[in-house]
Amino acid sequence: MGLESVMFGRKLKNPMILASGILGMTRASLEAACENGCGAVTAKSLTLEPRKGHEGPNIVEVEDGLLNAMGYPNPGIVAGLKEFGGWKRSEALIISIVGKNKEEFAELAEKVDAAQKTLGATAIEAVMSCPHTPGYGTMAGQGAPECVASITSAIKKKTELPLIIKLSPSVPGEGKAAKAAEDAGADAINMGNSLGPGMVIDIHRKRPFLGFGVGGMSGPAIKPIVIRCVYDVYRSVKIPIIGTGGINSGRDAIEMMMAGATWVSAGSTAYYRGPEAFGQICREMEAWMKSNGVSKLKGMIGAAHD
Amino acid sequence: MIKIHTNVVKKVSEENYRVKTIEVEHALEEALPGQFLMVWMPGVGERPMSIGNGYPLTMSVANVGKVSAAMTALRPGDMISYRGPFGKPFAVPKDAKRILVIGGGYGVVPLYFLAKRAKENDIGAVAVLGARAAKDIIYEKQLFAVCDEVFITTDDGSRGKKGTVMAEAEMLIRSKKFDCAYACGPEMMMKAVAQLCRQHGMPCQVSLERYMKCGMGVCGSCVVDGKTVCRDGPVFSGEEALAMGEFGKAHRDATGVLHER
Ligand SMILES: Cc1cc2nc3c(=O)[nH]c(=O)nc-3n(C[C@H](O)[C@H](O)[C@H](O)COP(=O)(O)OP(=O)(O)OC[C@H]3O[C@@H](n4cnc5c(N)ncnc54)[C@H](O)[C@@H]3O)c2cc1C
Ligand SMILES: Cc1cc2nc3c(=O)[nH]c(=O)nc-3n(C[C@H](O)[C@H](O)[C@H](O)COP(=O)(O)O)c2cc1C
Repeated sequence: MGLESVMFGRKLKNPMILASGILGMTRASLEAACENGCGAVTAKSLTLEPRKGHEGPNIVEVEDGLLNAMGYPNPGIVAGLKEFGGWKRSEALIISIVGKNKEEFAELAEKVDAAQKTLGATAIEAVMSCPHTPGYGTMAGQGAPECVASITSAIKKKTELPLIIKLSPSVPGEGKAAKAAEDAGADAINMGNSLGPGMVIDIHRKRPFLGFGVGGMSGPAIKPIVIRCVYDVYRSVKIPIIGTGGINSGRDAIEMMMAGATWVSAGSTAYYRGPEAFGQICREMEAWMKSNGVSKLKGMIGAAHD
Repeated sequence: MIKIHTNVVKKVSEENYRVKTIEVEHALEEALPGQFLMVWMPGVGERPMSIGNGYPLTMSVANVGKVSAAMTALRPGDMISYRGPFGKPFAVPKDAKRILVIGGGYGVVPLYFLAKRAKENDIGAVAVLGARAAKDIIYEKQLFAVCDEVFITTDDGSRGKKGTVMAEAEMLIRSKKFDCAYACGPEMMMKAVAQLCRQHGMPCQVSLERYMKCGMGVCGSCVVDGKTVCRDGPVFSGEEALAMGEFGKAHRDATGVLHER
């Protein structure tokens, strides 16, 4: 019975990937996510310099979702690669990088590549889609196809590692951005980041609740939008897709695969179901496949397309 | 769903030269000893604060920085906002007859709540309260009201026994039977308590403090050895804590960089 998958030549016990920025600030927490059932894990996104992130509140629960404005707190690429390095587990490690421009992305990729001998990463994920950090992601216009293309090719020049491009579900024309990434040499698309930005106003205090004012939406409420994005991207590119956003059950994961995802990734589910969520979702997928006579993931990927 | 609560400050009292106790017009019935709130000071920031009592909701804040300064400046009638309660509470063994609470600094705040609940359930409590000097002691009166006995130690001997809480704690553990010990305060003190309890084969729980951002087990800022202090903790058994490589040794700052002590 098979949840087994393959990612860039590496065998995965299942297609469930820990999303970047969820729990994965440290090596030990990534290992805990593996113990809790992830087939692969994405480390917290790393920038060139250390960042404290936005002043709190950094997160607030809304109906069927979370709104966060973390602001990329991270120890910086040098300390980060030291923290995550020496990966020896069978689960795949994905290193996530974020830069302000193609020069920064290239420098980050070069540093990951230089560390790879001892790092043990399976891929680099370049994020162009954070909706709530000035200078980065959609706040810097990085979601536009031309921008995606130029950053992708700048990174590809600096690393041999497979490259995943993480796109935003909030920029119209996801398919075009994905195609631009593919044409520029990307090896996979992660669709996608948190949605928005959105805002919560506390009516007693008469002001936005989040310290940064606006934040990105994640969790069950964004799933239909991400499903549609993955569906569109599947029609636009041939490279594999990671479907990210709102996955909170085995059925959600299967729906994402039918839309076109080869792998799925999840984050907010760690809040709804606790850190054991990842393994639980995989067991639910397996049970659904069994009772529906599906023996391999392959039969489900893109099944919603004729 | 985690709500943002906004209520009115009822009373502000001075515990010592830098700690103030804030009583809120709110009966947070579901609050359990050991749990905390994320207190939002608009325009300033949000920080975790231990619950010192559920109804009326009470917190005690040491003025050490940005958010705590704004909190200690609150006056009766002002609004205060918070999310929670969060975290795993202290667990009291079934059929417990007597517990030992060992606190330092504002660590006594959740321990007072625990001892108060114990008393309400006919469980005896003995407290050891440690401070640098007489002027640093807080919650002495409150603890006397809910504990069978209260022992005080100060580093400089200006009140109670001179020295750390450890000599008193050891004396108590040797002379009386306790079903569990609870420690909250400086991490080296908690580590010493956990080791002492291990030597005596006695259950123990400690409450950790780490840089916290989301409070709900998502962002990973407060992780210690792969466990989130905000959701898997802040209360851990002494054995769980002693098994952590970072317990009493290292903590992470807001960027996630590890600092050895
Ligand atoms: C679970 C939990 C429960 C907590 N309960 C309480 C409580 O009941 N009462 C309470 O007062 N605080 C409590 N804290 C600590 C509190 O959340 C803040 O860390 C503290 O108030 C400092 O925030 P600030 O914005 O005032 O300081 P910042 O502006 O963030 O920091 C200013 C300076 O103070 C120093 N500093 C930060 N934290 C402390 C500290 N804890 N002690 C001494 N110096 C510090 C910093 O290193 C910095 O140099 C708790 C923390 C946790 C994780
Ligand atoms: C607290 C939090 C922090 C996040 N940090 C990052 C990050 O550093 N890098 C990134 O690419 N995405 C980050 N994300 C986005 C997630 O990786 C994911 O794309 C998004 O949450 C949607 O998935 P979900 O609905 O399963 O949570 C973060 C999300 C949350 C909730």
